[in-house]
Amino acid sequence: MKFDAPATTNPIDQLKVIGKPTDRIDGPLKTTGTAPYAYERHDVAPNQAYGYVVGSAIAKGRIRSMDLAKAKAASGVLGIVTAENAGKLGKGDLNIASLLGGPDIQHYHQAIALVIAETFEQARSAAELVRVDYDRAEGAFDLATARDSATPARITGGPADTAVGDFAGAFMAAPVQFDATYTTPDEAHAMMEPHASIAAWEGDKLTLWTSNQMIDWSVRELATTLGIAKENVRLISPFIGGGFGGKLFIRADALLAALGARAAGRPVKVALPRPLMFNNTVHRPATIQRIRIGATADGKITAIGHESWSGNLPEGRPEGAVQATRLLYAGANRLTATRLALLDLPEGNAMRAPGEAPGMMALEIAMDEMAERLRLDPVEFRILNDTHVVPDNPLPPPSNDPHALIGEQPERDSPGRPFSQRQLVECFRLGAERFGWSKRDARPGQFRDGRWLVGMGMAAAFRNNQVTKSAARVRLDNRGVVTVETDMTDIGTGSYTIIGQTAAEMMGVPLEKVVVRLGDSTFPVSAGSGGQWGANCSTAGVYAACVKLREAVARKLSFSSDDAVFTDGEVRSGDRREPLSSVVGGSGIVAEDAIEFGDLDKKYKQSTFGAHFVEVGVDAATGETRVRRMLAVCAAGRILNPKSARSQVIGAMTMGVGAALMEELAIDKRAGFFVNHDFATYEVPVHADIPHQEVIFLQETDPVSSPMKAKGVAELGICGVAAAVANAIYNATGVRVRDYPITLDKLLARLPGVG
Amino acid sequence: MKPFTYERAQSPAQAAASAARAGGAKFVAGGTNLLDLMKLQIETPAHLIDVNRLALDKIEPTSDGGLRIGALVRNTDLAADPRIRRDYGLLARALLSGANGQLRNRATTAGNLLQRTRCPYFYDTNQPCNKRQPGSGCGAIGGFSRHHAIVGASDACIATHPSDMAVAMRALDAVVETVRPDGSLRSIPIAEFHWLPGNTPHLENALESGELIAAVTLPKPVGGVQIYRKVRDRASFAFALISVGAIVQRDGTGRVALGGVAHKPWRLESADTEMSRGASAVTARLLAGARTTHDNAFKLPLVERTLASVLAEAKG
Repeated sequence: MKFDAPATTNPIDQLKVIGKPTDRIDGPLKTTGTAPYAYERHDVAPNQAYGYVVGSAIAKGRIRSMDLAKAKAASGVLGIVTAENAGKLGKGDLNIASLLGGPDIQHYHQAIALVIAETFEQARSAAELVRVDYDRAEGAFDLATARDSATPARITGGPADTAVGDFAGAFMAAPVQFDATYTTPDEAHAMMEPHASIAAWEGDKLTLWTSNQMIDWSVRELATTLGIAKENVRLISPFIGGGFGGKLFIRADALLAALGARAAGRPVKVALPRPLMFNNTVHRPATIQRIRIGATADGKITAIGHESWSGNLPEGRPEGAVQATRLLYAGANRLTATRLALLDLPEGNAMRAPGEAPGMMALEIAMDEMAERLRLDPVEFRILNDTHVVPDNPLPPPSNDPHALIGEQPERDSPGRPFSQRQLVECFRLGAERFGWSKRDARPGQFRDGRWLVGMGMAAAFRNNQVTKSAARVRLDNRGVVTVETDMTDIGTGSYTIIGQTAAEMMGVPLEKVVVRLGDSTFPVSAGSGGQWGANCSTAGVYAACVKLREAVARKLSFSSDDAVFTDGEVRSGDRREPLSSVVGGSGIVAEDAIEFGDLDKKYKQSTFGAHFVEVGVDAATGETRVRRMLAVCAAGRILNPKSARSQVIGAMTMGVGAALMEELAIDKRAGFFVNHDFATYEVPVHADIPHQEVIFLQETDPVSSPMKAKGVAELGICGVAAAVANAIYNATGVRVRDYPITLDKLLARLPGVG
Repeated sequence: MKPFTYERAQSPAQAAASAARAGGAKFVAGGTNLLDLMKLQIETPAHLIDVNRLALDKIEPTSDGGLRIGALVRNTDLAADPRIRRDYGLLARALLSGANGQLRNRATTAGNLLQRTRCPYFYDTNQPCNKRQPGSGCGAIGGFSRHHAIVGASDACIATHPSDMAVAMRALDAVVETVRPDGSLRSIPIAEFHWLPGNTPHLENALESGELIAAVTLPKPVGGVQIYRKVRDRASFAFALISVGAIVQRDGTGRVALGGVAHKPWRLESADTEMSRGASAVTARLLAGARTTHDNAFKLPLVERTLASVLAEAKG
């Protein structure tokens, strides 16, 4: 199905199932421990052996020699895979560093060997016996030091730099100017389920049970790396314990399980131990961001500039932190610039709302600071600079960009291109009202509750909506059961449920009559889970397949497909009504289709909007910040399942609090690695940190996004949160911190005296 | 994990004798720290002696009005005991600020005292650590040292002791009672139990080879307002950046012990004598000669401010 004109009324608009707060249909499997996660699939292939990954002990250099003799001789050991004996390996487009390192080492904890043994304990014990002699090389591990050597690099979905009007002149001429530099640290995805895979070969065919967000990408990447045909690789990933972008691509577990199984001649399972994940896989790279805003005395932005520096391994990409600044606020004179430095830290890559999340950590503090300088309420300042057309005009990116497939397609934004929907002001207004924003005193440090200095802060939320082809297969059987198959993944987001709701709505059956099967590369190729595109695109693909199935059913009954009504388990047309279960014979009816998007996203900018409001208490003595309450108001198209959408948003808000207050991969700048590589030392918020969260979804349908009229929401929820926390801390204490995370040591010196 | 032999101890004396006989033996009780370290091959005992079945899980009154806490009393049970809650509030509060409910259900009184440091360089076997591998150097000095010691440290080690409970025990003048391999008993005042790192940071306490903790005794209650304030980056399930355990009497005298600043719970009786003069005077004594790094210099003002806040709270 081609989607190239705005959606009109369709069966989804009935909203009998879609739009209702619905429990996860896979919930009972998860709460009873029967949802099969990759590492636990003991039953899928007999005689599984265990692989344990050895990570490099140095960040950069060369392996001079490896002594495997002791490890090989250890009890239970079946074999050891290294770059030396693995055979020739290719490299996919989507990972920068090799998934099996050696002799060259590109980063700390890069996998250099897999020890395979009969038991996990034997493999782990033998892995300790692998002796490696390294030649260490000097590396670059500090972004601030490398900043001056950074060069322009294009970001996902746009060029490195953009310029509109005369930024420099307008900024100099602006009656009110603001210029500040912010930093965000390296952050870890820190998902609950570690990367894990079980590999089994049958001849030259590989089956991999794994934990992966993007099935089709990863089939291709794994085939390329192994040098085998894509048809010979099957990936199965029905349940995923969190990804956040860290499982968009294959990682060392997948490749090493495949190589290990080949070497051992039997199935091999591999999980990345928690202490290995932080340096072995990918992370959100640190940024340095300079923001300049010029405005008239009454608060109209005349110049806005945002420059960002980040680092990565050679051939890596920059963090696209300037992305939101190109789209969020009006202003005739604009400048954005992206610079990338070479660093020898582990690979930087996409993490929940790449670009916008760290970019808005800076931009939305800057907006708060500028509002104060203008003596305007931060909400009013933002409303004053709202725009309904895209304000920036980036140059078109080169057409041969190999990374165009990651995330948003390259695009040309012409000034005047309207947003399909933009209820940003409505989010601000409703949020301010519901949160009690009027009770905030603009003067910082005014409200005290016992030990606590209390303050409020807010920020805009913004994240683009991306659309990409998505296919599904639907089958109706003679019990009236509809089965949906697509390689879409559910990374904890609730894909199973919204896909089931879509099929139920389309076919006029209750949700209990729908079976959803996901995450298998033998199913039609979906959009997958990433960039908050999964919900809208994958359900639209299911919609397309169901339209085909409805036509087939109507045809079989000799109904006109135009006036056939699918409801209450029946098909009705005029006076005739037939139970769905009676329509088909023993083999059922199958339909398959894909949603394919035309150029609507070129005519309209599709984005999601929101407003975050946060109240914090800061311990006047210790500087500990504790969030007291949070509110997010989101305008993100039709909300398919308000219950799971809320879960997504509160999860994102929680992650935003982590970014604001505690998450930072600490770099040892001598040895070049992230030191705090476990959950005891890389802290993420726990329940005690988040006492009260509220989410409001504005009524919105976006006919430009898809027949579902939905958009993404899971990444919108994190964008702006950290800045809202930072702004609340400022309001509470009068201390402005521009370097995340805002830990107590950055506040102490400027807090009032104690006692 | 290295292969190891296992035995279940029949009595404290037999456990101690067995530990002394077998080279490289460790006692295991709750296992909340030891098993993690064994999985990472940081602890590699050849022989494990399970003491969980020993009858050391009672809290009993002592003849001088105190309490004798069996080595195997779980942290949860200790914190919930009415006598502890009534007379040793500092201990209950310190316990409940540590770890989480699941871990406290397993963790024991003796095991808590014997926790190893949470220094990330101790945990990463690729990195130098004089505590893990004597003579290899200290990764934390010149590295990431936000959580590290500011007093009592050495050029060999700047690790901290991670326990909250031990800070309260130090303030309460607890005594560690042990059984030695020859069956003899020994009492070690808590002040002498934990050691500073010096040149031998792998030696952490006064226990001799095979010596088993049987109990920890508390002297008779000292009254006062008892406050444990743990300062940390997140609200729960995080080790202390610093912590302050204070007992403040109505006349302003009292005692204070700190966590998160040293290789052991940090208390100086000479600082206690300054209590009535306020936080600044006490801190000056407690942290005299402090050596900080770029990452942990904030602990100096943090200790003083936190103590001031605690003293203000004690005054009510």
